[in-house]
Amino acid sequence: MTLSITLVVNGDRHDVSLQDARPTLLDVLRDRIGLTGTKKGCDRGQCGACTVLVDGRRVNACLSLALTVDGADITTIEGLATGDDLHPVQSAFVACDGFQCGYCTPGQIMSAVGLIAEGDAGTDPERIREGMSGNICRCAAYPGITAAVLDAQARLADSERTNG
Amino acid sequence: MNLFDYIRPATLPEAIAAGARPGASYLAGGTALLDLMKIGVAHPGQVVDISRLPGLDRIERLDDGAIRIGALVRNADLARDPGFAAACPAVAEALLSGASAQVRNAATLAGNLMQHTRCAYFQDPHSACNRRNAGAGCDAIGGETRGHAVLGWSDACIATHPSDFAVPLVALDAVVEIAGPDGPRDMPLADFYALPDATTPGGVTLAPGELITALRLPPEAAGFAANARYVKLRERTSFAFALVSAAAMLRIEDDRIAAARVALGGVAARPWRSSAAEAALIGATPGTDIFETAADLMVKGAAASGDNGFKIALARRITTRALTLAAAGTPARMPALPASVFAPVTGTASHA
Ligand SMILES: Cc1cc2nc3c(=O)[nH]c(=O)nc-3n(C[C@H](O)[C@H](O)[C@H](O)COP(=O)(O)OP(=O)(O)OC[C@H]3O[C@@H](n4cnc5c(N)ncnc54)[C@H](O)[C@@H]3O)c2cc1C
Ligand code: SF4
Ligand code: FES
Ligand code: FES
Repeated sequence: MTLSITLVVNGDRHDVSLQDARPTLLDVLRDRIGLTGTKKGCDRGQCGACTVLVDGRRVNACLSLALTVDGADITTIEGLATGDDLHPVQSAFVACDGFQCGYCTPGQIMSAVGLIAEGDAGTDPERIREGMSGNICRCAAYPGITAAVLDAQARLADSERTNG
Repeated sequence: MNLFDYIRPATLPEAIAAGARPGASYLAGGTALLDLMKIGVAHPGQVVDISRLPGLDRIERLDDGAIRIGALVRNADLARDPGFAAACPAVAEALLSGASAQVRNAATLAGNLMQHTRCAYFQDPHSACNRRNAGAGCDAIGGETRGHAVLGWSDACIATHPSDFAVPLVALDAVVEIAGPDGPRDMPLADFYALPDATTPGGVTLAPGELITALRLPPEAAGFAANARYVKLRERTSFAFALVSAAAMLRIEDDRIAAARVALGGVAARPWRSSAAEAALIGATPGTDIFETAADLMVKGAAASGDNGFKIALARRITTRALTLAAAGTPARMPALPASVFAPVTGTASHA
């Protein structure tokens, strides 16, 4: 039996047919749609490397069955920049040295975008660390990551002031 | 992962009919079930996706003051609901101390309550486990038992229940609403998790097709809002299951304890309450002496099930800490590190 789903990924519609029910959202993004920016670390919800936004909420793509998100609006790391213009969270990670090897970075950045949208952390580094604790960094770039989230929040607040 | 059929029923009766078939498993957020399927511990022939069933995602205040929460309310949404967090702050704190923001965004109320033990031998299909395979034996006994039970265990199973959420809920006398082929029924959450006996391993037993539709907190639950805390000791600061945790809730009138609720997590196959401990607190002036007396009563009858005798002393201390924090008052804002033993009473950062 073939099963088919439709996902809107970074604004583009993708119709995907699945051979069976097993693929996760992570597998479909990487292997079927070809967006390999989203990483597979543990494949069990424990590292956060696969973090994407599903209908605006950060989740672990490795623990979502693709069939369950049929019809959803997905944002991955590839969907953040506008052409060559980085998203403010991406710029902040570059500016603050928020990574070393970079493997966890797409997940960190997507998680940071989700955290900022949730709006609970404010400018308290402790709340940011706690809010980002679902993203493990093997290189331990944590100080840079926390600084980047603070910097990104400031950049986003600034651009909101300028634009609106 | 084994091959399985996937269906997404549109109505509750269709879901119950599908869920009643042999080998069927309900899927809500999927964060627990998918994990167990990947490691070969769960192998449903049919996955029944209930995540889009209508009407199960509401948080309601009933006329009598009870709070009713739909089975599909996401853990993050419940913790962040201002009305709920104000009425049941210890429950919100327990939720926010569990898993990660990503997992909480997907995890549902019912999925959280239904999650299986994190016993490493349960999670290893090659180990003998009475919970997975009745009568197989228990490889945890004599093995790595740091996370295992010190209360209410038997030689049939020494596993603990991993949910943080369930700990304050049991203390607050929450009731589970269940629908099934034979109609609806209610069950106190405290009875929902059977303890093991000499031959059977305990756990949750729902009849084929039965599913949780909601959870109800009685009107008295909100009466503890001013003095309610959850404290969770973990092996790292955040994003880890509890080694030992405690929910403590007090109603203080004229400087005396008028009502008390205490439950321990991480120590038994269910959140652990003691009527003797709660009775001892009533009428007392809040203070270390009475809290330590209550803590002793909480662990009465405790015994190591392996290399875990330290958890008995830990449970006493975590109980005393939770009661002390509760007596100091629910913080105006959720602490930066919810339920953390590193969080000071005043709520200033200690990990900077
Ligand atoms: C990395 C990681 C860390 C975690 N840390 C913690 C922690 O610190 N504390 C904590 O408490 N939890 C923790 N969890 C567990 C987490 O809370 C659960 O995975 C989650 O709550 C399950 O909810 P779900 O909706 O995703 O359930 P699902 O995976 O969809 O389902 C779980 C089980 O419940 C059954 N089920 C689902 N809905 C119903 C229903 N309505 N009626 C009957 N049965 C139903 C399913 O059949 C399945 O057996 C962690 C999980 C992960 C992956
Ligand atoms: S402690 Fe319980 S869950 Fe763990 S292996 Fe023994 S029987 Fe299974
Ligand atoms: S790959 Fe999904 S959390 Fe690690
Ligand atoms: S930058 Fe290497 S794992 Fe985080």
